[in-house]
Amino acid sequence: MAEVAAIGGMELGGEPVRRQRMLSLGARCALPVAVLLGLGFVAPIVAIFGYAFATPRSFAVFRSFTLENFAEIFDPTNTVWLSFAWSGGFALFTVAILAVIAYPIAYGLNRVFGRWSSLVSVLFVFPLFVSENVRLYGWVLFWIKNGVLDGSLKWLGLGGGPEVLYTPAATLFGLVYTYLPFMLFPMTLGLSLVPRDLVDAARDLGAGRLHIWREIELPLAMPGIMIGILLTFVLAIGATAEAKILGGQSVIVISHDIEIAFTYSQNWPLGSALAVVVTAFIAALTLFLLGKLDLDRMLGRR
Amino acid sequence: MLQTSPDAAAATHAKPILQLVGVRKVFNDLAAVEHIDLDVREGEFLTIVGPSGSGKTTLLRMLAGMDSPTEGNITLHGVRINDVPPNKRPTCLVFQSLALFPHKTVGENIAFALKVKGIDAARRKARALELMKVVRLPEAYHDKNVMKCSGGERQRVALARALAYDPEVLFFDEPLSAIDYKLKKTLEKELKDLHRETGKTFIYITHSLEEAMVMSDRIGVMRAGRLVQVGTPEEIYSQPIDRFVSEFVGEVNTIRVRRGPGALWSGIDIDGEFRLNLPENCAGLDEAFVVVRPEFMRFLGPGDVADNRVEGVVYNEYSLGSRIQYQVRVGEKVMLLELSRARALPPGADRRVAIGWDAADAFALGS
Repeated sequence: MAEVAAIGGMELGGEPVRRQRMLSLGARCALPVAVLLGLGFVAPIVAIFGYAFATPRSFAVFRSFTLENFAEIFDPTNTVWLSFAWSGGFALFTVAILAVIAYPIAYGLNRVFGRWSSLVSVLFVFPLFVSENVRLYGWVLFWIKNGVLDGSLKWLGLGGGPEVLYTPAATLFGLVYTYLPFMLFPMTLGLSLVPRDLVDAARDLGAGRLHIWREIELPLAMPGIMIGILLTFVLAIGATAEAKILGGQSVIVISHDIEIAFTYSQNWPLGSALAVVVTAFIAALTLFLLGKLDLDRMLGRR
Repeated sequence: MLQTSPDAAAATHAKPILQLVGVRKVFNDLAAVEHIDLDVREGEFLTIVGPSGSGKTTLLRMLAGMDSPTEGNITLHGVRINDVPPNKRPTCLVFQSLALFPHKTVGENIAFALKVKGIDAARRKARALELMKVVRLPEAYHDKNVMKCSGGERQRVALARALAYDPEVLFFDEPLSAIDYKLKKTLEKELKDLHRETGKTFIYITHSLEEAMVMSDRIGVMRAGRLVQVGTPEEIYSQPIDRFVSEFVGEVNTIRVRRGPGALWSGIDIDGEFRLNLPENCAGLDEAFVVVRPEFMRFLGPGDVADNRVEGVVYNEYSLGSRIQYQVRVGEKVMLLELSRARALPPGADRRVAIGWDAADAFALGS
């Protein structure tokens, strides 16, 4: 520390004029991130917003202004609302199923598995090292007719497997499978923030398991649970790969519609308008929920 | 500080409410609590005191039902409760951390046990306000977030919350350890008052014997998982069973002595011949320790007499407020004296002094 201060002092003493013209240390450190965010995050959003208000089927971005794209989206005769509904429905069901599946595992990681819990965590993280598409095609091979499940069952003389591939159910399965870690780990963190003492104290005051869960564990783990819910909801509502690969496009989700608008139909303004609607919805939801969360407590600052 | 109240005398004759017989707790082959026999009398204030790691918290967790003993039996009103879970025991623990529910208000914390019992909101609030009065919390605090309360207020909330459960036995796991000295003194006295007012059995755990002395009817001293001595504060102070207890109670002077000549004993680590009253259990010993508390030693002027006398040089003195402590080097040993200011050495007095004590003020220990 002393050395750094001395060098800083020398520099300050030796070249005072040059120092003043330069950015502060904090600004210089923030510069790469600021540039990256500007080019990679702000610029595309600005472009999308620009396109959303451009003449349909044109590339007249920033040179035309119309609300036609939004009018088309909200036109009741248009079926794009169905894609919104499918995406929203998938996201809701994914979150609900994940909450039910992940809670016991998160509880186990905190309280039951003991020294095995790091191994269990690694097992849940491990699939993330393999590309999502590869894993989803793996499931196709598992569920497909004469695939791993169906073939094995036939070989064992137990008849065939269920025909579930290329249905909305398969899409939901894919979403739950893909986003499990994103629910599990925030939830585990949330539950780890429930002090053991409080559970003991509640029990000592006569509370049974259900009371402890409802009055102590759930409210205190809620920040973690909410982050898990938010994360998986946002990821699931924007997911396409599951609906395409496992769902076999049996239903079209909203992000697939956006992709179609940008590719096959070459209607960038419509795609942009759809993207703006989805983004606005997710942003509103996120800001609403984050406003209710105490992130400081999550990160252990209090 | 050492007087025994009439309540204590009454408690002495009360029947046991909690009984421990041969209780032992082993964690990974390591015995945290080793063969404890103890009768807790109904309505008494019993303090278990011991240094950290002596097993007192483990003992308390077994009494509260959060751990079960590896061996032995715990009975409540004669019924074995070894494996009865904490929510089924008529006992309640005030945690060292207090374990208040941070997402609940003061009122909700206090009324937690009532909510669990299914008591309706209006009666819960009435009872919470009643208890807040008992623990001297202002009524306005009912809807205050518990994390916005000060340390002392949180203590009171924790206490009221435990009382709301209406337990027969209340356990305390060093709840005052993180409180500043002055507030601690106040809360100690309030706790003692509360004990008298409620008539419940209190079992208190602490590493501070001072705390134990102020509040307790009886004190149990623990060391390395064993209960070394159980007795009234007076007994623990004046008749400690061994050196550990005597030193735990406060600073002491110890002198090793060997029998002879005649009825006297001669010092091993300082020169001199001493008179001492040997307790019965040490009658056959040839060597013993004489233990004298600093406050029972005095300076001997010309013509003063005492049963025992040694000479040394004062080389340090400390002010303890109303009292002064002297360190006197006697041969190789350092002896401690504690005197009131009135009996202090005058400034500029000869630092070569004679110190003495009476045999009745000292006690002898075998080991």
